[in-house]
Amino acid sequence: MKTRHKKLALIGGALAIIGIIAALVLNALNSNIALYITPTEVAAGKAPQGKLFRIGGLVKEGSIQRQADGVTISFVITDTAKDIPVAYKGILPDLFKEGKGAVAQGKLDGAGTFVATEVLAKHDENYMPPEAAKAVSDAQAGMSANQHVSPSSAEAAKTGN
Amino acid sequence: MKDRFNLYRFASPATFYPLAGTLIPYFAAIAVLFGIAGLYLGMLVAPTDFQQGEGYRIIFIHVPASWMSMFIYLVMAFWAAIGLAFNTRLSGMMAQALAPTGALMAFLSLWTGALWGKPMWGTWWVWDARLTSELILLFLYIGYMALTAAIDDPRRADKAGGLLLLVGVVNIPIIYFSVKWWNTLHQGSSVNLTKSSMATTMLYGMLLMAMCFWMYSIAVALMRVRTIMLERERNADWVKAELAGDVQ
Repeated sequence: MKTRHKKLALIGGALAIIGIIAALVLNALNSNIALYITPTEVAAGKAPQGKLFRIGGLVKEGSIQRQADGVTISFVITDTAKDIPVAYKGILPDLFKEGKGAVAQGKLDGAGTFVATEVLAKHDENYMPPEAAKAVSDAQAGMSANQHVSPSSAEAAKTGN
Repeated sequence: MKDRFNLYRFASPATFYPLAGTLIPYFAAIAVLFGIAGLYLGMLVAPTDFQQGEGYRIIFIHVPASWMSMFIYLVMAFWAAIGLAFNTRLSGMMAQALAPTGALMAFLSLWTGALWGKPMWGTWWVWDARLTSELILLFLYIGYMALTAAIDDPRRADKAGGLLLLVGVVNIPIIYFSVKWWNTLHQGSSVNLTKSSMATTMLYGMLLMAMCFWMYSIAVALMRVRTIMLERERNADWVKAELAGDVQ
């Protein structure tokens, strides 16, 4: 074996070891690296007690309620399995909308309401013109409407109707 | 045998120096052309986004800079490995020539990201895995430059810097996959080799800008590597001949 091949093998081996160490460390730190926890994780008791933490999920459709002062807001964060009611006083980012992602920082109060000190909007990775977005949502609405009126749509699809 | 084309010939600074000098204007010109085409497509042709309006257009700088910041690091680590294994002179020079451009790209990525985050997310900065690992990348670039600058003997500087580069390379997959592995505020990737969740003109504008950043990076890295060669080989005959030719 030539010296330079030995050196290459050494470098390769060292890289592999560093990679494994990094993977183990990251795996151990997993819960600390996550920026937020989901409502399901909160329900499972994974929320830190008496400390600020972040929850993330979708803003439930029809859940945003604004007080008369315009800055006191309540809404529900959901991961579609569990819901958490959130109370917040402050300015919301423009992309904060019902049905869209949001991340809130705060604490749980005794009644199970999440009192937020900061609310951030989390948008998805889709970029398209408004017309295309409308076409997509129309198509989805059409599909779910079809499913709603004909529970036997699976059967219909099978027979080729 | 003598006139057969041999790639290894260019591993010698004396032959690489004039080759780099010839190539620089071409890369610079192509960078300008790609930049004009990319900005035209991105700023004027690409449609408004359905949720972010016009603000999303910072993507045409942000994403190419982020890609470049990760790719340049991989290229530097590649040169570091070659240099450590084969003890070649040019490898360390290439790595050092790329470092400032890589740092610039990492900085641009973080800076445009902050400018983009404030109006869309509602914050300049958040310690999520994507943003934090990209910040670590910027620190790795700065650390590499500081380390190599602190050691007087260039060959030893290359070795120490090369080790740092190789250790730091674990950070690159962490940056790339962070949005997949952990809950982050940063959204998942819109584009990879197999799929794209962007409108076509937006995607093409972004790819053209990425090509512009590539060509720019190559051009400035070649300019920098020429300077490093002259400095390191200042006692070699070819440098004396080169400089005598310049000064007359």
